[in-house]
Amino acid sequence: MNVAVAKTGSGRAVSDLFASAEGRLPGSPSVIASRREAFETYERLGLPHRRIEEWKYTDLRALVGEVLPLAAAPDAAALKRAADAVKAHAIAGARKLVLVDGVFAADLSDVRALTAEAGFRTLRETLEKDAGLLTTASTDAVIALNAAMATDGVVLSIADGAQLSAPIQIIHIATAASASAFTRSQVVIGKGARATLVESFVAAGAKAYQVNDAVIVTVGDDADVAHIRLMDDAPDAVNVTSHFVTVGANVKLNFFNMTTGAAVSRLQGLITLAGEGSELSANGVNLLQKTEHGDTTLVVDHAVPNCVSREVFRAVIDDRAHSVFQGRIIVRPDAQKTDGKMMTRALLLSDEAEADNKPELEIFADDVSCGHGATSGALDDSLLFYLKARGLPEKQAQALLIQAFVGEAVEQIADDGLREHVIGIAERWLERRS
Amino acid sequence: MALLEVKDLKVRVEEREILHGLTLTVNEGEIHAIMGPNGSGKSTLSHVIAGKPGYEVTDGQILFKGEDLLEMAPEERAAKGVFLAFQYPVEIPGVTTMNFLRTALNAQRKARGESELMVPDFLKKVREVSKSLNIPQDMLKRGVNVGFSGGEKKRNEVLQMALFEPSLCILDEMDSGLDIDALRIAADGVNALHSPKRAMVVITHYQRLLNYIVPDVVHVMSKGRVVKSGGKELALELEESGYTQFEDAA
Ligand SMILES: Nc1ncnc2c1ncn2[C@@H]1O[C@H](COP(=O)(O)OP(=O)(O)OP(=O)(O)O)[C@@H](O)[C@H]1O
Ligand SMILES: [Mg+2]
Repeated sequence: MNVAVAKTGSGRAVSDLFASAEGRLPGSPSVIASRREAFETYERLGLPHRRIEEWKYTDLRALVGEVLPLAAAPDAAALKRAADAVKAHAIAGARKLVLVDGVFAADLSDVRALTAEAGFRTLRETLEKDAGLLTTASTDAVIALNAAMATDGVVLSIADGAQLSAPIQIIHIATAASASAFTRSQVVIGKGARATLVESFVAAGAKAYQVNDAVIVTVGDDADVAHIRLMDDAPDAVNVTSHFVTVGANVKLNFFNMTTGAAVSRLQGLITLAGEGSELSANGVNLLQKTEHGDTTLVVDHAVPNCVSREVFRAVIDDRAHSVFQGRIIVRPDAQKTDGKMMTRALLLSDEAEADNKPELEIFADDVSCGHGATSGALDDSLLFYLKARGLPEKQAQALLIQAFVGEAVEQIADDGLREHVIGIAERWLERRS
Repeated sequence: MALLEVKDLKVRVEEREILHGLTLTVNEGEIHAIMGPNGSGKSTLSHVIAGKPGYEVTDGQILFKGEDLLEMAPEERAAKGVFLAFQYPVEIPGVTTMNFLRTALNAQRKARGESELMVPDFLKKVREVSKSLNIPQDMLKRGVNVGFSGGEKKRNEVLQMALFEPSLCILDEMDSGLDIDALRIAADGVNALHSPKRAMVVITHYQRLLNYIVPDVVHVMSKGRVVKSGGKELALELEESGYTQFEDAA
């Protein structure tokens, strides 16, 4: 943690981190006041550490230590690199909304191509009025820090009944080394709408940077939504992301998270099923190598009856990497006829690889069908030998079996094009294996 | 010319010697049958030739086209033309048969310095061979051997053999689990591959297979050795009298 302390105009002491950023944070004076409050909450709590139950396996204090200062505005060279990164990581046909070092980049985005059905503003714009988007019910320190420091984000509102044919892709690009980007976005999906949201995190030449992102999603009744998050940050970066998703009635929500980058990462998600008859498919893959630490923590809260949730997670862990999966299914007292299943498997590619699986069921209703399963193990030698006996060298035989393993989660992505895109990222990860 | 020469081979598995000095020579164009009681070491021999880990060769050698096979990794052996149709083919969920066949064939071609087979040529070839083996196309879209019946797994092994065109084919109990029609189809597939440059080693318990795949030489294995070799009439003799006469010889 950054412990340097500075006196500010108001006479109260806050650390350099906030004081040096304050002048550049968007928002009216009242917004700045609530940011300061959030920062004080963060300072009181400090970075999460292993004695906080939710953070037991991901001790940010030990793994990250200090929060880096806010990134400076990118120069022309950085923007050029960002433009190249956008080209390299864009999904074919997607409407791109690009954030460079935490600030919306209109020149790199397709705002004009968004139809009238997809209302768009930046977080910066909304903060000129009020701090509404900076508040969440959470008491988590990294979320408080995000509320204090968020510089920008995407605020999207998909109209009722809109049928968006093109995916909307939010691309987070890091160009600044040894600096932080704080972003916060909100996506409201109208009743009966159909939409695909993709979020990508990539580096454009930046090293050792930190990302703290928060996304608030509300899905209206009868909507059909695919939400794909692809975190491929630089291998020495830190990415901590918090999702808050509230789902209405008769919704189909297909969520997928892929972790292929960052030295330390955590996706913490809370998905609340707040309307009856909805189906949630939440899946993910952690592909980790070297000394990477990747944490996926997901709470699925069945607040009402008659919803189905399915979770399929796969982790492939090489070298001395460490994968964490914490999955909690909560079934509230009213939520009868809940059908919730969670299956996680870890594939350990080296003796020093580590997997922590913590599935939890908190069931307060009696007429439910819930279950979870977790396994971890190495590649099957007899399968490897069969492939080698057919001419595949060791690495290629391993790659084929790893792809098959990962495929069990990837096949949950309904859209063919997105699935192929994800398989491509997995293939590039396999090529990076030493 | 000798394709495969196994000389005085001694093999241990988990500290126990299974093959006690086995000698076998197979020439180009020949069909050899190996028969012998359960546990006599037939599969062990085939695994050691294919390069399966877990077997310790304590003595003897195996030459393939004059080269020391034991020095080669399993994939090198495959690329050089050694093929083992397994007694128990494994299931590989999530790897479609089609993808597996193409990856394997191209890996072998690459190791031999040949170019990759173009997709249309590959597909044409697979379609031809699978048709002749009575393997439906949609089976090829499923995971390797996943949900295949015993007989389908065996036919899938013969399909691979036809596709990879190895020079030495070892068939370990290809006939077990096959019904009479399937046996004939698989045997026809094997016979179609027979050529003056290619040799077959057929491991079986039943003379019936040898009515379809007619051997030049029949070997009797017992307790980790070849105890007798002869012409195809030896198989008929065994069918009559069983293996007891060889137990002492071993
Ligand atoms: N991995 C192993 N560990 C311990 N013993 C083994 C192993 N593999 C083979 N053996 C032993 O080696 C001996 C020979 O086995 P092998 O499978 O080669 O026989 P086989 O002739 O193929 O028999 P079958 O006709 O039943 O297929 C048996 O006694 C078997 O138990
Ligand atoms: Mg056997």
